[in-house]
Amino acid sequence: MHDPGEVKITIGPQHPALKEPESFLLSLHGEKITASSVRLGYNHRGIEKACEDRTYVQDLYLVERVCGICSHSHSTCFVQAVEEIAGIEIPARASYLRTLISELERIHSHLLWLGVAGHEIGFDTLLMYTWRDREAVMDVLAAITGNRVNYGMNTIGGVRRDITPQHKEMVLKAIDILEERTKYYIELGLGESTLLKRLSGVGKLTNEDVVRLGAVGPTARASGWGRDVRKDDPYAAYAHLDFKVITNDQCDVYGRTLVRLGELMEAYSMVRQILQKMPDGPIAVKAPRKIPAGEAVSRYEAPRGEDFHYVRSNGTDKPDRVKVRAPTLANVQAVSKMLEGGYLADMSIVVAAIDPCFSCTDRLISVCDEDTQKKNTVSWESIRLKGIDWYKNQGIDFTYLNKKLARKF
Amino acid sequence: MRKPGKIAGQLIQSIFKKPATLNYPAERSGMPEGFRGKLKFNPEKCIGCKMCMRDCPTGAIEIVKVGEKKFEAKIDLGKCIYCGQCVDSCMKEALGITSEFELAKLNPDDLKITFNAENTSDSQK
Amino acid sequence: MANAIFNILVFPGFLFLFVFGFIAEYVDRKLYARFQNRVGPPWFQPFADFVKLISKQKIVPDEADVAVFKLVPIFALTASITAVLYIPVWGNKAIYSFNGDIIVVLYLLTIPTFAYFLGGWYSRSVYSMIGAVRSLTQIFAYEVPLFLCMLGPALLADTWSLSGMVAFYNQHPGYWLCNLLGFAVALISLLGKLEKVPFDIPEAETEIVAGAFTEYSGRYLALLRMALNVELVVGASLLAAVFLPFGFNLNPAAVFPLYIIQVFFIIAIVSFLRTLFARLRLDQMINFCWKYLAPLAFVQVVINLILKGILPR
Ligand code: SF4
Ligand code: SF4
Repeated sequence: MHDPGEVKITIGPQHPALKEPESFLLSLHGEKITASSVRLGYNHRGIEKACEDRTYVQDLYLVERVCGICSHSHSTCFVQAVEEIAGIEIPARASYLRTLISELERIHSHLLWLGVAGHEIGFDTLLMYTWRDREAVMDVLAAITGNRVNYGMNTIGGVRRDITPQHKEMVLKAIDILEERTKYYIELGLGESTLLKRLSGVGKLTNEDVVRLGAVGPTARASGWGRDVRKDDPYAAYAHLDFKVITNDQCDVYGRTLVRLGELMEAYSMVRQILQKMPDGPIAVKAPRKIPAGEAVSRYEAPRGEDFHYVRSNGTDKPDRVKVRAPTLANVQAVSKMLEGGYLADMSIVVAAIDPCFSCTDRLISVCDEDTQKKNTVSWESIRLKGIDWYKNQGIDFTYLNKKLARKF
Repeated sequence: MRKPGKIAGQLIQSIFKKPATLNYPAERSGMPEGFRGKLKFNPEKCIGCKMCMRDCPTGAIEIVKVGEKKFEAKIDLGKCIYCGQCVDSCMKEALGITSEFELAKLNPDDLKITFNAENTSDSQK
Repeated sequence: MANAIFNILVFPGFLFLFVFGFIAEYVDRKLYARFQNRVGPPWFQPFADFVKLISKQKIVPDEADVAVFKLVPIFALTASITAVLYIPVWGNKAIYSFNGDIIVVLYLLTIPTFAYFLGGWYSRSVYSMIGAVRSLTQIFAYEVPLFLCMLGPALLADTWSLSGMVAFYNQHPGYWLCNLLGFAVALISLLGKLEKVPFDIPEAETEIVAGAFTEYSGRYLALLRMALNVELVVGASLLAAVFLPFGFNLNPAAVFPLYIIQVFFIIAIVSFLRTLFARLRLDQMINFCWKYLAPLAFVQVVINLILKGILPR
């Protein structure tokens, strides 16, 4: 069974191709990947549990920090669920503003992805150019919301900030620049042959596999699976907007690139429509501190795919249970499938093509004892002590340093 | 048309363009108005209701009574996530935000700042 | 004897290449940045990097073959420095020359690649080993076109010595135009030799960390990086000598700045080319080299054989 020409290589948890800790174990035969497995769990932060200890207002900011790139997605998804339980109807202007930020976020996220994809295949010029252009939308977001990443736009019952006519002008100007640039990138994507060589035919995922493995977002849409929460189950102001769901039948990384570029063009037109149709009026309604008992599920089309939040309340000002299913968790299963039969060189771009966000995805795993088959919980303290012991055996003693640090904080 | 090196035109143009990056810290770009940076506190307006403390997601802010109708705000910039919720929660507009964002310090103690009657905007010790 | 030591240690040997290597790296990095619309590093950055690396802790992996691991950077550096002695730098004549030195230079320039292979292989880490195997595989792809396109100009000049070639092309101005096709092929092969995008497959950062160099640190990494710089300079000088032989029979002090300009010109083309493409996969690179580069180089050889009969000598 053992193949003498087989090499096992681990990519991650620390590896330049991965921006977050995650581990892939690949079996190689020459440059070809024969088998692969994904290991999650290096960056579990216990956000769901922490939400239960905080009030709804505080949770807003915690949930926003599930992801650094689609922060608005998570906070909107959460706040929608809470509003549903409380039976709050948000003003029309607020829902338009949420939609505006969510589309601007999609623009910045997809441009960011394009750059990362370029970097993964060694095309750093593309990275530098897209990230330079992305600054246009980042500036707009910073001006409107007050921050570049964690926008803090949502509050229960609406949004926190309104936009001014100057903001509108700024947005339109940025959108014009970006539209032109995106057209250029589409042309480049269709024409640059080294790019095509590296992207097309790589990381194949058939339509059946998409359904079987439950992939979402651009990953699924690039395999001809046209699911988009914005269309299927419209939230915020999406029901009033006119847009197409971009799909592609290439089933490979190239298809995913084209889908994202197409979505960028759609996003520009949507932003223009939002600014045109946005009604006047209040931007928030007063929300009670205590949310009545109940439960709700909320879905949201994040740049990476369908985001899913479940909230259960018990009548106090703190939620009883919050459950987050970030899009990467749905997509990560498909990665193993895409990697098989490919080349080692394509590994990084295939992983990047689902636009992974591993920290959002990480789950708690229970460690199972190999001999007794017993699961037990390991406390943080015992892990720490074990770590200290392990280092001591290696001849490294941190005791002194620890004491020094303890005094500092 | 498929051909290698399609980006060449842009490369040549870039050489003659002003670089998009800055030579930080010699050159700096500011943050737009309304950016959520470091907080500021006006002790005159504070009534000590502590709504800000209650809503702060990180427990970064603490309002301490220092005398008759006199309050001090202690903020740990290391804990603060610059969400601005305390500013929204304050009914008396005693708290505000500035667009100062370069707040890194070598010593974590320097991040704990106190606002009182003498120091209303920056009293980093 | 004193002259020889001066040649090896100072000019055009170690010291000259050391300084010129830094300048070349700076020019390369600055241009690379400017092509990407960035500010780029200040002029002393390569030197600062070198000093920093020298002062850093050096770690030799437990399982590595210590002797090979430590000697590899020196091998690589020595081979490139030796090669420069046969390339005309000061004036139109190299320090040492004999009929056939072009072959020696080409082989000396192959040694660094083998050194990287050995270093990577004996680091005994998976990333290094994959990188090492990749650089060895790659060598079979670019070496043939590189050798072939050097053959063309040599045939036309009817000499196997670099100095002889420069002398010939100086006597027959305009003849170098015949070799332009070979120059293009040589530039692309040089990218493979220097392991730069699109042929940076052996050190592809996002796949195998740093390839053969993954386990190197501190002083050894500093030496390796210097070897890479020197290789860049020597490679560019070789191309300048073969394909851009403008000496105009001036006196050496006047030819030297010309030589520097030629080298910078070639470095500029190299950094332009490496901003232009995405990294190819190993199989794609080998396909490309054998399908396009090698035949083109061969066409150059045939053209020059025909021209040799036609052109007046
Ligand atoms: S909410 Fe405003 S008034 Fe109340 S304690 Fe805080 S700063 Fe003072
Ligand atoms: S800005 Fe947010 S984190 Fe900082 S003190 Fe105010 S409420 Fe707390």
